[in-house]
Amino acid sequence: MKKVFKLKDLDCANCAAKMENNIKKIPGVTNASVNFMMQKMTIESDTDDFDALMDEVQKVCAKVEPDCEIIRK
Amino acid sequence: MSKSQKRRLRMIIISAVLFVLALVFPFDKVFSGKAAEIIPVIIYLAAYLIIARDVLLKAARNIKNGQVFDENFLMAIASLGAIALQDYKEAVAVMLFYQVGELFEDYAVGKSRESISAMMDLRPDIANVIRGEDVEEVDPEEVEAGEIILIKPGERVPLDGIVIEGESRLDTVALTGESVPQSIGPDQDIYSGAVNLNGLLKVRVTKPYGESTVARILELVENASDKKSRSENFITKFAAVYTPVVVICAVLLAIVPPLVFKQPWSVWINRALIFLVVSCPCALVISVPLSFFGGIGGASRKGILVKGSNYLEALANVKTIVFDKTGTLTNGTFTVTAVHPDLISEAELLEYAAFAEAFSSHPIAQSIKNAYAKEIDLSRITANEEISGHGVASTVDGKHVLAGNTKLMESRAIHSHECHMHGTIIHVAVDSLYAGHIVISDTIKPDSAEAISGLKANGIRRTVMLTGDKQAVASEVAEQLRLDECYAELLPQNKVEIVEKLISECSGNEKLAFVGDGINDAPVLTRADVGIAMGAMGSDAAIEAADIVLMNDKPSDIVKALAIANKTLRIVRENIIFAIGVKLLVLALAALGQASMWMAVFADVGVAFLAILNAMRCLR
Repeated sequence: MKKVFKLKDLDCANCAAKMENNIKKIPGVTNASVNFMMQKMTIESDTDDFDALMDEVQKVCAKVEPDCEIIRK
Repeated sequence: MSKSQKRRLRMIIISAVLFVLALVFPFDKVFSGKAAEIIPVIIYLAAYLIIARDVLLKAARNIKNGQVFDENFLMAIASLGAIALQDYKEAVAVMLFYQVGELFEDYAVGKSRESISAMMDLRPDIANVIRGEDVEEVDPEEVEAGEIILIKPGERVPLDGIVIEGESRLDTVALTGESVPQSIGPDQDIYSGAVNLNGLLKVRVTKPYGESTVARILELVENASDKKSRSENFITKFAAVYTPVVVICAVLLAIVPPLVFKQPWSVWINRALIFLVVSCPCALVISVPLSFFGGIGGASRKGILVKGSNYLEALANVKTIVFDKTGTLTNGTFTVTAVHPDLISEAELLEYAAFAEAFSSHPIAQSIKNAYAKEIDLSRITANEEISGHGVASTVDGKHVLAGNTKLMESRAIHSHECHMHGTIIHVAVDSLYAGHIVISDTIKPDSAEAISGLKANGIRRTVMLTGDKQAVASEVAEQLRLDECYAELLPQNKVEIVEKLISECSGNEKLAFVGDGINDAPVLTRADVGIAMGAMGSDAAIEAADIVLMNDKPSDIVKALAIANKTLRIVRENIIFAIGVKLLVLALAALGQASMWMAVFADVGVAFLAILNAMRCLR
């Protein structure tokens, strides 16, 4: 499954690259991309529990850029 | 300005006021003894804490999270180092300068992101659906295929459909870059994203929003920056190596000379701090993707959709362009190109032919009727017979008219002339006497020749045309357009083989682009380094198979795309060279003791700011 999330207050391009790398390392994530220009994030995963996975993603992002917020619908 | 930017600006102002106060206030005249020395230090420290608080906090938090080498950490170490060396003025000044630079950088990136997004904003806000007796205003996503919508003047067309009522003109500039409004009326296809200019239109929706033209374009352009170019990957890798290397150099610089050569500690630590400030890769990391993003945004404004930064980069390296003929360089429709009468006038010949073909729906008959362009009075035709594979026999005004190919003439024992022109020849005989012939052929698009010469002027070395058409027809087109090579009478699989052969003949970094209409050349589009599909409005297959999609039908748009790619890559290269160059220069000067902390901060944020401004040129 592929989901796209909007990001708020993603301020630095280097952080976006770091976030992308770290998210890719989360078990269960098959692919991820953080688009600094469009301020959005695409996560691909086969997991059944996307919400739990997103909690993990949120944690990883917070470590790199604490101000950045993932907007979950 | 965003909230955080305003906050940052406030801190900068407060800190700057304190800094200037500490700098110019005559402490030694007002205070005496120890106080005259300590009070300015306290003011400097206060100014420092105000301006550096965020950076210090972030640095501490990042260390806790195991993220060491980020710019907050580097700036924190550099400025705390200056304080340790009792150079308070420098610590505040550097931090102030850094924050001002960051503010500029942030603002510039935000602004450019906004302007690019605004440029790509084709998203329709509402759709007026007719449900029962009422007209409801709803989100385009809630409209289903088959429903009827109303589009008022001034509104953006929300969904793809077919006009069932009303006439109007459409502004498609945001979609195709074409500034001449298009007129539209009943039974015509209408594409979402265009703006309805003057009339009220009633449209039957054919596709849900998610599959509409505008949704596909937006998705394509927004995801384009996910496909990274080699320059971007290079920069990411470079940044990952550059920062640790410079930091290690800084440590060595701080320790080795004082320990080994008994040099003064403060001098070398200061130089090491300058290294740390320069070690941030931000200018590069931000300006390269921003340039590509700008280039892609600017291109989409001209009706050129690029599916990824990598394709824009590849296009700039294209030296060989291969064209499909029909539908790409030529219109792909048959038109009467010559009328050669015997005994009668041109108008008469055309009239006889048009009447003879009046009942035929064959494309050739259609083109003759189009050339005739007058109403055909069917009462003048008293008999009509279609002779399959030969032509038609018809009685017009009591005269027996034959119109068809050479075989038809031969079968009726009528002597016909050959024609020196290539194309389909329709011979006409009236009452068993040869009356002349009409030549029907595919016509070259008006801007094809201009496009080929434009490509040559933009550095394309080899232009090749592929076609399934006859050699004679192909050679004539190739000659008229001054193409370098042409391959004719090809089957679809031959096209792939030839493209593969041509790719193997490209040297080194050079790339090959294939331009087609996307209808039956999908395998070739995929095989080429850069597949360009043209006239893609409403054609899903073409959008799917190609790397670059031209919304218009015009070959000259390829020249535009190439120019945008070249410009973007030039700006990317400028930014990489400028940013790395300035940083290396400052590093060299710092090692020799010739650089100040000011230069270092400029090499960090100043360079980033200039690189962003440069990147924004890609939009134009």
